[in-house]
Amino acid sequence: MNLQFVADGVLTGLMIGLGAIGVTLTYAILRFSNFAHGEFISWGAYATLVVSGVFGWLAGSAAEPIDPFSFGWGVVSAGVIATLLTGGLALLLDLVLFRHLRDEAKSITVVMASFGASMALRSLLEFIFTSRPVYFSRELQITMPIGFGVRMTPDQLVLVAMAAILGLGMHLLVTRTQIGRSMQAVSENPTLARVVGIDVNRVIRVTWMLGGALACASGVMIGILVQVRPFMGADLLLPLFAAAILGGIGSVPGALLGGVIVGIGEAVAVQWVGAEWRAAIAFLLLIAVLLVRPTGIFGKPA
Amino acid sequence: MTASQPGVGEPILEVRDLVAGYDPGVPIVNRASMTVMAGEIVVVLGPNGAGKSTLIKAIAGLVPIRSGSVALAGTDITRLPAHRMVREGLAFVPQTENVFASLSVDDNLQLAGGILAARLRAERIEEIYGFFPDLARQRRLPAGRLSGGQRQMVAVARALIVAPAVLMLDEPSAGLSPKLVDLVFANLTEIRQRGITIVLVEQNARAGLAIADRGYVLVEGANRHEGTARALWGDPMIAELYLGGMRAAPAPRS
Repeated sequence: MNLQFVADGVLTGLMIGLGAIGVTLTYAILRFSNFAHGEFISWGAYATLVVSGVFGWLAGSAAEPIDPFSFGWGVVSAGVIATLLTGGLALLLDLVLFRHLRDEAKSITVVMASFGASMALRSLLEFIFTSRPVYFSRELQITMPIGFGVRMTPDQLVLVAMAAILGLGMHLLVTRTQIGRSMQAVSENPTLARVVGIDVNRVIRVTWMLGGALACASGVMIGILVQVRPFMGADLLLPLFAAAILGGIGSVPGALLGGVIVGIGEAVAVQWVGAEWRAAIAFLLLIAVLLVRPTGIFGKPA
Repeated sequence: MTASQPGVGEPILEVRDLVAGYDPGVPIVNRASMTVMAGEIVVVLGPNGAGKSTLIKAIAGLVPIRSGSVALAGTDITRLPAHRMVREGLAFVPQTENVFASLSVDDNLQLAGGILAARLRAERIEEIYGFFPDLARQRRLPAGRLSGGQRQMVAVARALIVAPAVLMLDEPSAGLSPKLVDLVFANLTEIRQRGITIVLVEQNARAGLAIADRGYVLVEGANRHEGTARALWGDPMIAELYLGGMRAAPAPRS
């Protein structure tokens, strides 16, 4: 059996997983499903595109690909700046919209508001950049054998490594640092968190920043591997939620593992069932796991 | 665990005509006043629904204060956000859900010491483990897996990390066996000996008055009676009317 589908699935899955970390943290700490999270992925990708364009215009060498990859240092450094910008966008959205609804309104109102924000953000991208796909690079990538009959491009390999490092870093941040412990504390018991001296609003701001930054990373990776489109994030929304719920709400490793399971599931569907079943497979997996373990793989019982 | 604070006998926590409640029109605490001296143990008693818990939650910044004032060591802390209270030297142990169940004992203490520099925090945590050796042995366990008595100890230990001037507890005896109540209250006496002033709300008037220096009896949101623990304990009218007839036989009248 050719294991290529596993590699393809892991690759897609890690991109989904990075986005799902933001979904799972927002849900755990603010207790609402942010349907605008997919837009952070798209906005992150476009922000990187714009900033790297500026770099390329300032210095021609920024656009030169770094051998053996398809992208140059312009995209790499633009990506770093864009993670901050996307984190800022998430923060801004909270400031102008969610914060006002959080205290007074029912949680369904906040969810609906996130739907609205999602459409507005997406339409804005379409308005500015049109719906035509754009690319970080036109360079062609040659796949190379990496064993077990699996072939991957240098881009794919470096992005898998990047995603794994970001996921691990995020896990360590949440479990080993004071701000991470504060996030867990606020997620478990916001009142007690205040009593022990945690500034809940600060924790919320950090959560938005991190969620936005990781969504941006995910968007840049998808942009490098596939293409940049205004709908790229919206199309990922359901897999993002499937991954977050599958892994267990609030769990960073869960979101990554959930993403990989969904990614491999989709790859299996494409190879053996038919590409039109691709989206359905994520939900069949989700239903199957939740029937056995309603809290998700790493979820804590309520 | 010793805190810098006014000398014993000076007022450290002053509550003046406090009106507090979740709904603006419905004050649960209605003009309650209280003066706690440094180094004292003060117990707040009263019938169910008298507003005892609401009173200390309002002091801790968890219930909106409508009017009146709260001062800690001369500094006004009325309406200060709850998360700023530990910095001011006021620690609070809620009655229920007072530990982070999913976090280890260690992480619970680390979190509570968040306002301290890392080195001081580590020192304080070791000091606290010296005081509660049972917890030291279970420091890696999630707090949710501990028994009720041990969880209560984690909650108290957590409050002590910041070396507060005043420690407030909401019904520390709730849900504990009589033996554990004795243990927790013995700990409180020992904590007071280290210079920390203690204010506790108690349904269990017997246990509360046994360790307290003075007490306040709250009725319908206002303090109706106050006095030394001995005087309150010996007053049959108070016992009968407000403490739910806690004693089987009335004390002999002198």
